[in-house]
Amino acid sequence: MSESNDNGILSHAHRVSADPLAGLIARLDESGVVTRRLPAGGFNGAGSLEVNPGDWGTVARTAHELEFRWVAGWVLDECGESRIFQPTTLVCFEKEGRYLVLRARLAAGLNTLPSHSPWFPGARRSERHSRDAFGVEFSGHPDPRPWLRHQAWGAHQFPLRKSFSAAGAPPAMTQPDNNYPFESAHGSGVYEIPVGPVHAGIIEPGHFRFTAVGEQVLNLEERLGYVHKGIEKLAEGRDPVGLARLAGRVSGDTTVAHAWAACMAMERAAGIEPPQRAQILRAILVERERVANHLGDIGALCNDVAYTFANYQFTRLRERWLRNNRNWFGHRLLMDCVIPGGTRVDPSEELYTAIFKEEKDLRRELDELRPILEDNDSLQDRLTSAGILPAATAKALGCLGYVARASGVAFDLRRDAPYGPYDLVEVNPVCRHTGDVRARLDVRYDEIHDSLKIIIQLMNQLEPGSVVTEWRTPKPESEGMGLVEGWRGEIFCYIRFGSDNGICRYFPRDPSVFNWLALERLIHGNIVPDFPLCNKSVNASYSGHDL
Amino acid sequence: MLLRTLYKIFKVGVITEPAKAFTDPELETIGTELKGVIDRRFRGSLAIRQVDAGSCNGCELEIHALNNAYYDLERYGLHFVASPRHADILMVTGPVSRHMQHALLAVYEATPDPKWVMALGICAGNGGEFGGGDSYAHCGPVANVLPVDAVIPGCPPAPLDIIRSILTLIKDKRHTKPLPTTHKR
Repeated sequence: MSESNDNGILSHAHRVSADPLAGLIARLDESGVVTRRLPAGGFNGAGSLEVNPGDWGTVARTAHELEFRWVAGWVLDECGESRIFQPTTLVCFEKEGRYLVLRARLAAGLNTLPSHSPWFPGARRSERHSRDAFGVEFSGHPDPRPWLRHQAWGAHQFPLRKSFSAAGAPPAMTQPDNNYPFESAHGSGVYEIPVGPVHAGIIEPGHFRFTAVGEQVLNLEERLGYVHKGIEKLAEGRDPVGLARLAGRVSGDTTVAHAWAACMAMERAAGIEPPQRAQILRAILVERERVANHLGDIGALCNDVAYTFANYQFTRLRERWLRNNRNWFGHRLLMDCVIPGGTRVDPSEELYTAIFKEEKDLRRELDELRPILEDNDSLQDRLTSAGILPAATAKALGCLGYVARASGVAFDLRRDAPYGPYDLVEVNPVCRHTGDVRARLDVRYDEIHDSLKIIIQLMNQLEPGSVVTEWRTPKPESEGMGLVEGWRGEIFCYIRFGSDNGICRYFPRDPSVFNWLALERLIHGNIVPDFPLCNKSVNASYSGHDL
Repeated sequence: MLLRTLYKIFKVGVITEPAKAFTDPELETIGTELKGVIDRRFRGSLAIRQVDAGSCNGCELEIHALNNAYYDLERYGLHFVASPRHADILMVTGPVSRHMQHALLAVYEATPDPKWVMALGICAGNGGEFGGGDSYAHCGPVANVLPVDAVIPGCPPAPLDIIRSILTLIKDKRHTKPLPTTHKR
């Protein structure tokens, strides 16, 4: 149960009175839902249940009533040798740091089950993704439009079914998806602004459709999917090392966290655990990734309101940080540092002194810059009260990371469901409750300090030793779940093995999936010229969303 | 507030390379040569339009870094522009997703001749981690969609590698001949 502390900030209470999973299962029993417990296997502590497809909607309604969070939903094709589509739908819920995976196996030929969207708006696009990729229908879904599918494949082709070949049969020239029916508004002075997919900057592609009156945004609708590269399909049949490399490219700015989540899922499926030294190194890398992205984005946010001084200062700090990454870990963005079983990097003793010096220097710089930013009225005037995301909306959409924490939703995996090595360090999620652009910037500023603190705490516990555990081929059908607090928030990942060490299903869920929804809401009532600022303050990933 | 800002600016000083802490003689040499070529052959100004056609966004981060104070690309006469109509060079990243194929061609056609296309990053070069183009979701390397004049390898290429590749491209006299005006759809 969430409760308010003195600051009015919602926080997940640690005084767990009753096991939330037991509560949910009991309530499902009362509702007449037949549940079958499955061995938790690679879900590590999370529960695993099977229900009948007809009860899929009751499951969502009950989870909603008990204030569970909708973490992810995905589909699996268990066709076996027959190649006849045999869908299983899965969903993951969370409450108070406890996770539960539920699944329903659909009878062959019956590809319909109730939608979760009426209770969890965050499920809408995910279910549309599953519908386009697998041809599973969610009855009661409020939106019949395609989402993942543009014009590269037909309405009756489903790329993620096992019977669909990875090469597909695309047309030589894929036509633009010009007839997507955007929501429209009518009235005197109402007009639309189409933006994208190619934007006027060095930025990923996507389409935004604004409806505005004068300068005020009445509505914003996103149309994504432009950088869909078929990551889920490409993963099929890969070996663990190859999958970790692919996971590191789900979203380049989050390469460490996605690779770690994938490796965590594979290791759990295989029943191995990386050595303590590797776990600590992974966390140091993920915190370094957090700091690098926060530094760059604080600079970019200031740049969006023409405060170039801060842009130059923060991009300077970021560049120094990236050069240290290259010198100490061999790659500026830390790609391919995390591998199945451990890490590829094994820094020498000298890293110790170097990291301490780096931490001291960066802290000094940040402390110098902060009052300059805070005392600058023209900057603060643009940041304060722009793009407000109310706490209730953040919770309803299932927003994650700094987007949620700036609105007072304090969830942080590192504290609420700690995984090795975060049980060794102290994590206090940074929160604000105004939910505006300024709050999101402030949260990220404070998180840099926190990450520096965590890096030092971890360095102090880094003992010599091995950095990789020997791989063990998992049994066919082994499953694993990975959960990592990346810089954007909780990254969820599900992996299922086939035979001979090959991947059967890889499903990564970036926090952007929910945070993109937040952007559509928080822009309401703001002026069109503030859109770049609001967008940057959320900074959701296109690639991580489109897969 | 202003005094503190000025103090910080003064204290940091000019860090554009070469600076004491990060002296990089290579950047200095390449940069000087680059500026010479741009001054001589392009009247001091060469415009780049960047297009993400399916990248994981790693390449974009390093292209952004070209504008930080260490590299400060603009001092050599190179700048990123917001419209393809102002561009001399298209810098394309990613395996070209099928959903971006049409948009990428539209950008190419909107760029006035003569123009160059640079495929930046291993994915734009040969498909990289995503493969060569036998996918329902992407067309593989940029060369499968557009005529490409130069490939910048790397995942992602570091800023210095990008600068070096631009120099190699514009130094090469063979590249001065006008390119075909339209690419068949």
